[in-house]
Amino acid sequence: MTATTQRTYRRRPGPLHATLLAGTVPLFLGALLSDIAYYRSYQIQWSNFSSWLIAGGLVFCGLAVLFALANLIRATRKNGRPLLYLLLLLATWVLGFINALEHAKDAWAIMPASLVLSVIVTLLACVATWIGLTNLRSGGAA
Amino acid sequence: MKCSNAVTVLSMALFLSACGNDDQNDAQLLGPSPSFPEPERGLLPSMKIAEPTPWGDQLPTVPQGFTVTAIATDLKIPRQTLVLPNGDILVAEGRGGNAAKLKPKDVIAGYIKAKGNTSVESGNRLTLLRDADGDGAYETQTVFADNLNAPYGLALFEGNLYVANQDALVRFDYQEGQTEASGQPTKITDLPSAINHHWTKALTISPDGRFLYVGIGSNSNITERGMEAEVDRALVWQIDAVTGAHKPYATGLRNPTALAIQPGSGQLWAVVNERDELGEDLVPDYLTSVREGGFYGWPYSYWGQNEDPRVRPQDPDKVAAAIVPDYSLGSHVAALGLDFSTEAMGAQFADGVFVGEHGSWNRKDPSGYKVIFVPFSNGRPAGQPIDFVTGFRTEDGKTRGRPVGVTVDPRGALIVADDLANTVWRITRTQ
Repeated sequence: MTATTQRTYRRRPGPLHATLLAGTVPLFLGALLSDIAYYRSYQIQWSNFSSWLIAGGLVFCGLAVLFALANLIRATRKNGRPLLYLLLLLATWVLGFINALEHAKDAWAIMPASLVLSVIVTLLACVATWIGLTNLRSGGAA
Repeated sequence: MKCSNAVTVLSMALFLSACGNDDQNDAQLLGPSPSFPEPERGLLPSMKIAEPTPWGDQLPTVPQGFTVTAIATDLKIPRQTLVLPNGDILVAEGRGGNAAKLKPKDVIAGYIKAKGNTSVESGNRLTLLRDADGDGAYETQTVFADNLNAPYGLALFEGNLYVANQDALVRFDYQEGQTEASGQPTKITDLPSAINHHWTKALTISPDGRFLYVGIGSNSNITERGMEAEVDRALVWQIDAVTGAHKPYATGLRNPTALAIQPGSGQLWAVVNERDELGEDLVPDYLTSVREGGFYGWPYSYWGQNEDPRVRPQDPDKVAAAIVPDYSLGSHVAALGLDFSTEAMGAQFADGVFVGEHGSWNRKDPSGYKVIFVPFSNGRPAGQPIDFVTGFRTEDGKTRGRPVGVTVDPRGALIVADDLANTVWRITRTQ
């Protein structure tokens, strides 16, 4: 009985973990939208916005990765969702970091690679968040 | 191949290729028709900041027949110098610019680049150096004028001393023998100073004293602060010395950091710092005669019609109109000083220009960090440059000094401002 309660309690991320995790989505999505705006308008300010949004996304995502790692370590069943969640989040962060470096190029030199990366990073962040917030501990069926 | 010895910042072996560039290739990158590699830029730009180290009892290396002495030390960032008719030397001291950090990159790169510069505060003043007895020791070092705003370019014409601050061109009344300005300067005209990414305002004056020429650098490397920031930038202004009325004299010059009038012809020449982050050997900084009404490419293209892919919107008409500069000084050398030589410098160095090269950051194998002599023939650059002052970097890759302004003293000497060691060097001909 006690064991079951414990499992239920840890199944979903806590408030801080959830906030960090969910926060990555609007940050990376905002960067993507800014990239689209720069691509269409040549107005450099959109590129500046995008750079800072990615920097913010990396902070949120990076901290969420730590939580995901802690969750994996504490999980009784380590393969399955906890591992998948961590790997997806880690991939989001690594590609997000490469995207940040890409955005550090001057003016139009960031195009088109930064736009493509922003699409991929945003999608990864969405999927990782979906999995992270749905169910962390159980192997899928449960 | 001294990779291991120097401080390579932000370098990740994953992204950066191995140490490049041998000296034997360098000759092809200099002179009137340099060869270019393809543009390239890894995920991180090459950055190599040489760690500053004091000169101690070391001296710069100069050619045989010359001696070098430090004629002033403990200055506050000396940039350009002017030799007055009585032999006194004026030194403009300061640091300008107020460019906002727009991207995370600006914060990080700014921190890294600052490591290769002096930590002394901006002097915002002119210092006067005097060698009253002519023994080569400048025993007087006194403040000529204070409370200026990052003064850089200096010019003198018949009792008028012109100073190009980072935001305005001003004039002092000057009488021979003065050691202190007699009053506040008069403003001739404001100069473009918003942002001031490239803040130095180079200055020279036409032989008849009617027009002043001011070099105004771009507000970005390659338009990354937006096209709007580049209005009235990357050009040379011609300014009426009396009224202050001005017009663009030549445009598309990314950062014209030093200007000089060729003796005899009266032709305006400039050294121009070109764009970064296109690779180790792009884009060459150059020495060029400046044609009135000429367009020299920035930002749309470099060295004539080589289009820069980083600029939007593009302008094919401007690319087609771009003038090819006269003489490549090599990429990233950061030429900041220019002056024409005289007979008094001896036969080998009589006909040509001296160029002060502050030195690179955007290169794994540092370039510049020396003063060179570009020989002229029939009024045009001819032949490979000759190293004139070297030894600014140590064997183990640290930096003792960084040359800025170079001024020929008609008595047969070259004055070199060093803004890292905060020293003024005098290289005197002895035979």
